[in-house]
Amino acid sequence: MKVSLFVTCLTDTFYPRVGEAVVRVLEHLGCEVDFPAAQTCCGQPMFNTGCHADARDLAKRMIDVFEQSEIVVTPSGSCCAMIRDYYHELLHDDPAYAERCTKFVKKTYEFAEFLLNVMKVDLKRQKCKWGGGADGNVPIKTTYHYSCHLRGLGMTNEAVRLLEQIGGIDYVPLNKTEQCCGFGGTFAVKYPEISGSMVRDKIGCVKDTGASVLVCNDGGCALNITGAMHRAGMPITTKHIAEIIAEGLGLMPMEQRREARQ
Amino acid sequence: MSDHHEHPVALSKDGQSILFPSLPYDMHARAEAFIADEHIQTYVNRATLGRDNGRKAFTKQIFGDRHNDLRLLAGRIKQHTLDNLDYYLEQFIDNAEKSGAKVHFAADAKEANAICLDIARREKLTACVKSKSMVTEETHLVPELEAIGVEALETDLGEFILQIDNDAPSHIVTPMIHKDKTAVARAFVRELGAEYTEDPKELTTIARNYLRDKFRRADLGISGGNFLVAETGSVVICTNEGNGRFCTTAPRVHVAFVGIEKLVPTQMHLSVLLKLLAKHATAQPLTVYTHIMTGPKRAAEHDGPEQMHFILVDNGRTKILADPEYREALRCIRCGACLNACPVYRKTTGHAYGAVYSGPIGAVITPLFKGLENYKDLPNASSLCGACYEACPVKINLPELLIKLRRDMLSGRVTKWHERIMYKIGAIGLKSRFIYRVGGFFQRKMLRMLSKGGYIRKAPGPFKGWTIERDLPAPAAKDFRSWWKRHKS
Repeated sequence: MKVSLFVTCLTDTFYPRVGEAVVRVLEHLGCEVDFPAAQTCCGQPMFNTGCHADARDLAKRMIDVFEQSEIVVTPSGSCCAMIRDYYHELLHDDPAYAERCTKFVKKTYEFAEFLLNVMKVDLKRQKCKWGGGADGNVPIKTTYHYSCHLRGLGMTNEAVRLLEQIGGIDYVPLNKTEQCCGFGGTFAVKYPEISGSMVRDKIGCVKDTGASVLVCNDGGCALNITGAMHRAGMPITTKHIAEIIAEGLGLMPMEQRREARQ
Repeated sequence: MSDHHEHPVALSKDGQSILFPSLPYDMHARAEAFIADEHIQTYVNRATLGRDNGRKAFTKQIFGDRHNDLRLLAGRIKQHTLDNLDYYLEQFIDNAEKSGAKVHFAADAKEANAICLDIARREKLTACVKSKSMVTEETHLVPELEAIGVEALETDLGEFILQIDNDAPSHIVTPMIHKDKTAVARAFVRELGAEYTEDPKELTTIARNYLRDKFRRADLGISGGNFLVAETGSVVICTNEGNGRFCTTAPRVHVAFVGIEKLVPTQMHLSVLLKLLAKHATAQPLTVYTHIMTGPKRAAEHDGPEQMHFILVDNGRTKILADPEYREALRCIRCGACLNACPVYRKTTGHAYGAVYSGPIGAVITPLFKGLENYKDLPNASSLCGACYEACPVKINLPELLIKLRRDMLSGRVTKWHERIMYKIGAIGLKSRFIYRVGGFFQRKMLRMLSKGGYIRKAPGPFKGWTIERDLPAPAAKDFRSWWKRHKS
């Protein structure tokens, strides 16, 4: 299967390792991955702040860049939701783009969704193990942050289902799992008092799980939650599910807080 | 709103009126105060989360996979009614008048109150019992009645407590969500001369005894209306305490204040909405008392008012109705589910919104009612997480409406110029592959220079707000593209 990676601007800048993990996992599963280099941003920041003309330009750009792609996969639910939920609204009356937009929307998937629903992956059979000890079977308490924009994609527990296929992961659900972490783009910067109170609530819930690893599949949420955990002095590792799978399959070296895994 | 509220109003901690602060309203100070208030954080968080979880569990149990279909249907019923509101209004007025009720139309809050005061003066009414109504909060009716010598008493227990405590509702459905029994006990001692008790049962008894006498003597009953049925000219009110029934049965005159958007075509349509209302509001199968009232007392009937008046309130609604992009906001059936689901509401509580309607629906309709320039914060103080859209029983796309308000603020130059320039620079950077890479390079370099141990503790310029509350993880040394190049070569 030919897959194009839409890495997203936050992943490109802050979490390139997530992009690498996505590529390694997809290649391992037999996909032929390409990376259209002209891609920049899906336009979500522009759309959410009300700059709809600019968002429209960026949406058109995305459609142009991925015109030749069969399938587009992105490691960010939020950017995927921007494409699925709002591109049509931006471009439905543009004669040059309306139809191409529909095609683009149809072929774009969030990473976990793609793995489960399209690739029908079974990580158990792949012997994916991410626990501690020599054979990776010693359970590591791991919790998962549900990013809000997965709602727009109709996703609920896809990442958890993947986690449950991985050996050595002791999954602990997060309290108030559907409550937003308080990122919201400019919201976090313009309303720090409210956003800060939201993220403190979230990291409190993370702490309560007793987990040493937090799986977080969205760059924005990851920046916000890891930033808040660092400020609070909480020694918890944040990882994208793609990193866990890539490491669990031996495609990438284990990284970050090795002591938790020994 | 063209009305001026010259009457004494409940004051917030900042000395400003809680629901009618001076405009333009600045949310920050109040939000900060409420976030710092441990008591509010505990109570409001617990209550909203409990309600929200209750709603999810209960609707799933009752409707299963069909829940979304029912929400779609309910949304369509309301949208259809709004799209044909002139027709249904006429039908309602005809049928209400046929049943013997009088229908008045009020363009704004001032007019609505004036109609009610006229009725009170003409009929020489002096004692009013009132059932909970958000529209009368909107028109600020009670002080006006009192100013002409009508004793007006709120009879919903929550509203009653707020009234005697000189406070204002902070939630559409649970008006005193921000108060606990200690506050109630203190208010009862101070205002009613009661013995101090925190026992909920005893507190309720004190209120009941006080209210019972007022119900007996009242000659004016005022209610809101959860729905108006065009087919029959009826008003529907839903209460959990039965006080609505008392207010509309015992007094000689009943006046119902209802927003024009509350219309539904027929009883059949009403049944769909009633199926959803209580489940989304309080996770109850039905509200305890659901009254459908058509016309005043007829000759053979023992109880009921001699006169029944409808005051159909516009107060900015036709302006929203005229805009096809925002019209869906008027579908709202005031169940409060979006408030309970909203993490911003959970942290800041209703009074931080500085208006009668709070939460996500308030953040949409308040700026539409009172001007974007007056409520700049409300559409922006949202993370657009979508919990409200998921909770809404009539599928109002609240996040999308908030984004549209942001768009209109930007194009109407309500947004500050330096913010507009920042967005423009950002857009230029993202539109060109070259500037994106060069800009990204410098951004990474700069942020990495500021960082220590992988995190930035104090960031400059546009990132300042971020590091007030949390650290900023430093960007990676090299972007994904650099890795990709190596990977492919």
